[in-house]
Amino acid sequence: MTTVAVKPATMAQALTRAMRDAMAADPAVHVLGEDVGTLGGVFRVTDGLAKEFGEDRCTDTPLAEAGILGAAVGMAMYGLRPVVEMQFDAFAYPAFEQLVSHVSRMRNRTRGRMPLPITVRIPYGGGIGGVEHHSDSSEAYYMATPGLHVVTPATVADAYGLLRRAIASDDPVVFLEPKRLYWSKNTWNPEEPAEVEPIGRAVVRRTGRSATLITYGPSVPVCLEAAEAARAEGWDLEVVDLRSLVPFDDETVCASVRRTGRAVVVHESTGFGGPGGEIAARITERCFHHLEAPVLRVAGFDLPYPPPMLERHHLPGVDRVLDAVARLQWEAEG
Amino acid sequence: MTVLEQRGAYRPSPPPAWQPRMDPAPLLPDAEPYRVLGTEAAAGADPDLLRRLHAQLVRGRRYNTQATALTKQGRLAVYPSSTGQEACEIAAALALEERDWLFPSYRDTLAVVARGVDPVEALTLLRGDWHTGYDPYAHRVAPLSTPLATQLPHAVGLAHAARLKGDDVVALAMVGDGGTSEGDFHEALNFAAVWQAPVVFLVQNNGFAISVPLAKQTAAPSLAHKAVGYGMPGRLVDGNDAAAVHEVLTDAVRHARAGGGPTLIEAVTYRIDAHTNADDATRYRGDAEVEAWRAHDPVRLLETELTERGLIDAAGLEAVRGDAEAMAADLRARMNQDPGLDPMDLFDHVYAETTAQLREQRDLLRAELAAEQDGPDPQEGDRR
Ligand SMILES: Cc1ncc(C[n+]2csc(CCOP(=O)(O)OP(=O)(O)O)c2C)c(N)n1
Repeated sequence: MTTVAVKPATMAQALTRAMRDAMAADPAVHVLGEDVGTLGGVFRVTDGLAKEFGEDRCTDTPLAEAGILGAAVGMAMYGLRPVVEMQFDAFAYPAFEQLVSHVSRMRNRTRGRMPLPITVRIPYGGGIGGVEHHSDSSEAYYMATPGLHVVTPATVADAYGLLRRAIASDDPVVFLEPKRLYWSKNTWNPEEPAEVEPIGRAVVRRTGRSATLITYGPSVPVCLEAAEAARAEGWDLEVVDLRSLVPFDDETVCASVRRTGRAVVVHESTGFGGPGGEIAARITERCFHHLEAPVLRVAGFDLPYPPPMLERHHLPGVDRVLDAVARLQWEAEG
Repeated sequence: MTVLEQRGAYRPSPPPAWQPRMDPAPLLPDAEPYRVLGTEAAAGADPDLLRRLHAQLVRGRRYNTQATALTKQGRLAVYPSSTGQEACEIAAALALEERDWLFPSYRDTLAVVARGVDPVEALTLLRGDWHTGYDPYAHRVAPLSTPLATQLPHAVGLAHAARLKGDDVVALAMVGDGGTSEGDFHEALNFAAVWQAPVVFLVQNNGFAISVPLAKQTAAPSLAHKAVGYGMPGRLVDGNDAAAVHEVLTDAVRHARAGGGPTLIEAVTYRIDAHTNADDATRYRGDAEVEAWRAHDPVRLLETELTERGLIDAAGLEAVRGDAEAMAADLRARMNQDPGLDPMDLFDHVYAETTAQLREQRDLLRAELAAEQDGPDPQEGDRR
């Protein structure tokens, strides 16, 4: 057996590769957005696509998010599979109207006759020292809109696999890219990209018996680190990476919580009205008799995303996660 | 000196490489709305086309009165009548070829029907039994759009996609005067011009956005003038003159099909009825204004032209009215049937594959329906 030295790839490269492979496999796949062509996107995630597939397949559009997504709707109506890049989380808001009024419900309002296979890629979340409007976690808005899938990868392999799944989906997918993980690397082989399971399946990233950390996207590495640190305290934590917020994988989440009896939901987005409330409620409804403690949430504070010099106080870090675990009504030791 | 006064100095002179894209003059609309009926140009109009337009306009008028009557009987939740605007609706739709697409707004039911959509199916949104009753692909008509101007970028995207595929398909996108203030209107026009997409934008300027008159909507000399800033031609047409609307639309469609890019057309017309059956138009306009516009009625304008030139006789007019009456009777009869809805349909078309969550909710509804079938709870009866 020969072993090929594989250079570790970054999440950004895996995303590029996913689009490239999808475009090569299906001429209906078109990429459009601001600066996605010559520049390759401000995060270089569309790097090389215009060169390889031409500007008709990877198009620099005028600077207008509603126009971009609205045009993608018409393109999808005519049989294309548009992959739209929104430059940053907070700049997707002008397109929100198109997303909620048309993209999410075209299948439904036409009784299934006009599905819209659109992928909306949005770099989201904080932790990169971005100035105002460059660090929002907007997932709760998208989760609250029926008709959309909402997914977010946490690993390089998932970034590739989930994006391929999203582009292949006949439903619109809001694909949230944790921008602080763009440059994260792991041993994913870009020459042999593996498939991931269909959208809607969570994955247990780390098994444990004491409690479950339920998380996704940018908070997954934080939770894994917290789980390692928790060993010193005698806790054996399980980490569930949701990968998909809609559809929600109740099965994997509940199976884990029933095993451990304790759960903490961890995300960057605000706690009040945030995804954690929904997740905690679902767990309580389904696993009440297995719970040893209330489901806790560790979330961003309920404030507009703070300026970069203060963001570390806002973002849920390892210590805040461990503090929550400590509050899980453990029996007094000794 | 104010900033406005020092305009010359305010704008830096362009470097030599910078050139304006074109002389705006050919893009500017006419000073007066273009007219055919009652002018010398009418002699050049095809008599068959005029007769066809007339028959369709009479049907359209009858459709409007019938649909309005159905709101009074509770058969329609609401109906935004296009009485007075039939010429825009129908002449525009008839300028399209079969392979072209129409992107209507909620008031454009007549244009939808003119494309061949079943008159009952065109009303399901307004009846409330399903959001879109027709198959958009059957006649290439997008769903009626209620959020203003949001369907315009769709038209651009579709036309662009068709062009990329090498199809000579044109998209006609309709919007009201109020809708031209929305951001999506501007984004769509700009995209279309930059992409040279084969789109025709038709603004039906019927004077009001619910109660707000045009003067409070825009400070532009005309809505057609807005085209110039985007780099596309603007045309101004008398929206009550079906022959003029048809000619201007046909020109724009041909121009788009030939690769000439988009056109913005403003059709000047008037909304004779209230905004919808739920609106009280006397609060914001006087009878005199409405009467003046009635004198410029699109059906009458066409009928006058046809009779004066001997292109239709009394029997011909009678046949047209009979046909419209039959259409109305059929619409009435079919709309008076209950649509026979299955509540379980609610869950069918949310996603391609339903989710576990929706399956649970579907089971709940099925159980509720089964309980209803078993008859009312006797205890419930006692309490009444
Ligand atoms: C985005 C949006 N805002 C508000 C409304 C509510 N609304 C429905 S019709 C209307 C007036 C539209 O006027 P205009 O565009 O001139 O079309 P018309 O009704 O005259 O055909 C308004 C404000 C809407 N449908 N969509």
